[in-house]
Parts: sequence; structure tokens; C-alpha cells
Amino acid sequence: MPEDLPAGKEALLEIHEISLSFKGVKALSNVSMEVQEGEICALIGPNGAGKSSLLNVINGVYRPQHGEVVFDGRHFQKITPFDAARRGIGRTFQHNALFERLTVLDNILAGLARHGKTTFWENIFHVGRDRAENRRFLAWASRVIAFLKLEEHAGTIVSTLPFGIQKRVDLARALVSEPRLLLLDEPMAGMNQDEKQEMSRIVSEVNSHFKTTIVLIEHDIGIVMGLAHRIVVLDYGSKIADGMPEQVRNDPGVIKAYLGEVYE
Amino acid sequence: MFLEVLLGGLLAGVMYSSVALGFVLIYKASGVFNFAQGSMVLFTALMYVTFVEAGIPFWIALLIVMIVMVVCAVLIERMMLRPMANRDPMVLFVATLGLSFMIEGIAQLAMGTDVHILELGVADGTLQIGDLWLSEFDLFATAMAVLMVVVISFVFNTTRIGISLRAVADDVLAAQSIGIKLPQVWRIVWSVAGFVALAAGLLWGARQGVQFSLTLSALKALPVLIIGGFSSMIGAIVAGLLVGATESLADFYLGPIFRGSVSAWFAYILAVFFLLIKPAGLFGEREIERV
Repeated sequence: MPEDLPAGKEALLEIHEISLSFKGVKALSNVSMEVQEGEICALIGPNGAGKSSLLNVINGVYRPQHGEVVFDGRHFQKITPFDAARRGIGRTFQHNALFERLTVLDNILAGLARHGKTTFWENIFHVGRDRAENRRFLAWASRVIAFLKLEEHAGTIVSTLPFGIQKRVDLARALVSEPRLLLLDEPMAGMNQDEKQEMSRIVSEVNSHFKTTIVLIEHDIGIVMGLAHRIVVLDYGSKIADGMPEQVRNDPGVIKAYLGEVYE
Repeated sequence: MFLEVLLGGLLAGVMYSSVALGFVLIYKASGVFNFAQGSMVLFTALMYVTFVEAGIPFWIALLIVMIVMVVCAVLIERMMLRPMANRDPMVLFVATLGLSFMIEGIAQLAMGTDVHILELGVADGTLQIGDLWLSEFDLFATAMAVLMVVVISFVFNTTRIGISLRAVADDVLAAQSIGIKLPQVWRIVWSVAGFVALAAGLLWGARQGVQFSLTLSALKALPVLIIGGFSSMIGAIVAGLLVGATESLADFYLGPIFRGSVSAWFAYILAVFFLLIKPAGLFGEREIERV
């Protein structure tokens, strides 16, 4: 456990001894880590290291055979993606799991599901609290659309947009519900250097503006070093390093497993 | 003459569309071919006719059947869909197969196997428009189908619950991951599919009597679904009309050659033809597998 944490500050997310395997193939073995409130934590590691699996455990897509997740002081042996979302864990997906036949605006509005308080009947007949809620949701959505500069695409069907913009829509859909913890699975995959810088700036701004705690997966070490407050390195399903960027950069095990391949 | 056969066929096609619509709804929202849709057509029609024969006013009978279908939807979600969430669609398909046997069994156990005559109060006279003679009942059926599509489209496209429905149809896992209540969406979709089954059951029942063969309406919906695409409401309508029209034209022009009616099998030939040239159907989407 790193010693550089402010004393007495509670971790927003704790992962205790998580082990996950698929039909006997180990994806994660005995991984523990903590993420402090307000932090940007990056998960790095070679392909197949278990980064996405770990993210999927945190929001309940995968159910680990062993271990538990503690979010906001509550212990979960099993959490479902629905529960996770309702409790304020938002996420994006590696392959933009967007609602492709919906417009950008509808995707973002769908992201507000966890805040919906109106009943089915109010919805259908546009009565009761429905109007007020619609207005409020539209205002929230517009704010996020403006923040991510998606205005000109708001009415466009998602499947017709380029991949880079879809990535922003995916982020917008997660961000609009004001999650306490945001999981980003390779938000910069397939982007060129300029786009990566832009996305990195956005993630950093989300963190400082909305005070959102972020766990992200990213391969570009240069970007990660500049963005993350903490880096966790996975290799073959085990954690091999955990600390501030400069600590991790100099860790011999990490250089061997990961950085060595890149900078050779 | 051609025009009259064509129009008659189109109107008959509306009946196919009405059944296919129920399949599309459930396929869209849960990716499952609901084998029980045909049984639901029988079940709802049989319930309605039983209540009416017992002297209950038709609109109360309609209301009761609709409530029963909502209860069914709640039970199906709780007992079948929830335990099988995120399983292979094939598993769910087999479950709906079981469900269809259960519904048929319960329907016949509770309400018997007699053939009932169903009067909807719509005169099945003919209406002359210019040179064309059209069936009043067919026009009524068309109006019903159009109304159903309009109402369903309205709910899907203009309400927030509609956004959730379409979201679930697109990506179930992503929908769960943003906090959409999957059980609620499923209950709504199965309820609406129940109402659609009721409408189809009344139309078909009024035509051929309420009897066990109503479950076979599902078999007529199959070629419609293949041609229109499993996930498109528009596809269900267009393909229903297409099947109806080509069927009656084929009957009229090819019937004499085959010395008998060809409408029993013509739709399937048409479906096979579409499978060869456009496997996803007219309006369906081809699945893109990410590797």
C-alpha cells in the first residue's frame, strides 16, 4: 500500500484479493488495489494482462471466483452492472458499446437512466413529473454535449459517426449521470497523437471540474505518465507495481515486463 | 381484375403483419425469437371469446385480457427471463418453446378445445370504391394494424421509456451498465407483445373461428419475418403486405397451373428466395461480428 496518501482519507474503491478465471484459464490472480476519491488511476500492462477483466469485475460484468470489491464503504462479493450504475459507477467500453441506432442526444439521455424518478405511466402520457424531468435531463445532456464539443452531432445517428467522435459520445453517456467513479476502457484507442492529447485534456478536465474519480486503461505510456496520479501495472493477471508515475517508471519489474518492450 | 386481386392480397397481408409485429417487438428487445407468440394469439383470443360468451361486455373482456397479459409478462420476466439473463439466445429460444406448450396447455385446460365463433361487430360486407370491391373487415383489420404501429412507434420514439426500450434493443450490457431497468423494459415489451397478440387473435379468430389452429398463425409470420427482417417493425408491415399480395396473385395466376391453391406454400418459397439474395431481410441488419 502506498504511503503517500493523505492521512485519514477513505478510499472510494478498494479491491481485495480478486481472482477470476474462465474455464480454468486465470485472468486475474489475487489482485488488490485502492483508488482514492478524486484520483486518476491508470491500469497498464501488456495485452492479456487482465486490465479489462479487472474493469469488468469492478462494475459487475464479470463475477470473480474469489475476493471482493468495496465501493464507497460498501462490500460487494457480487455486484451487477445495474447495481454498479445505480450506485454511481459509470463506464465506457473498449469497443464503444453505444446504442448505434439512436442519435447522440438519445444515447446521452439514456445515460441518465439512474436518475429517472418518473413512472412508466407518467412517461407514456407526458404527465406529472415527466415534463420537469425531461427539461432537467435535457439541460444536463446539453451541458455534457457542450463540454465534449458534440453540439453539431447531437441529432446524428451514432453508427454514422467516425470512431473518434463515437469515443466522445461514449464518454458523454457515462459522464452525464455524474458518476462518482468513472471507468474508461482505452478511451484513446485508435486515435492519433493529437486526438490522444485532446482526450487526455478532456479526462483531466473531467477529473478536476466534476471531481470524478477515474480508473482508465491506456497503452500510451507517455500519455499515462502525464495524466495519472497513480499507476497500477498488471502482467499475466497479477499486479506487479502500484504507485506514483515516477515510482512505477523506475520499477525494474515494470521495465522488464512492459516498458522494456516499448523503449527497446 | 389484377388490381382487385392485388388489393385483396395486400389487405390479407395485414393479418400476417399483425402476428409478425409481436415477434419483432420481443426480438428487438431481447434478441429472442419468441416461439410462444402463436400460443399467445390463441390464448388471448380464447380468453376474450370465453368472457364474451359468458355475457361480459366486450370492452370489459378486452380490459381483463389485457390485464392478464400484463400479469403474464410479469411472471415470464420473473420466472423465465431473469434467471436466464445474459445466456445464449438459443437457450432462451428453447425456453420460449417450453413456454408455448405451457400457454397452449393452460388455455385448453381452462377453456376447452371447442371452436368458438367470434363476432367483432364488424360487418364482413363488401365495399365498392370505383370499380373495386373491398372487404369491410379487411379495411377494419388494416385500420387496427396501422393504429397499433402508430401507437407503438409513438411510445418508442417520443418517450423516455422509449429511449430505454431502444437502448436495450441495441446493447443489453451497455444498457445495464448505465442503470436501465432491464426487468421493467422486458415486462413492458412482453405486455405490449401480449396486446399485439390479442389484436391479431381477434382478427384471425373473427376470420376462421377461435380454435387451436390459431397457433399456426405463427407459421405464417415466419416467412414474413424472414423477408422483412427480424428486428424491423416497418419490415414486418411491408413484408406482411408483400407476402399477402404475392400469395393471392400467385393463387390467381399460378393456381390453375398447379390445379389448386398455392397460397399454403408460396410464402415459404418466397422466403427461401430472400434467404438466398438478402439473408438479413429487407429491413433487418446484418450482424457485424467484431474480431
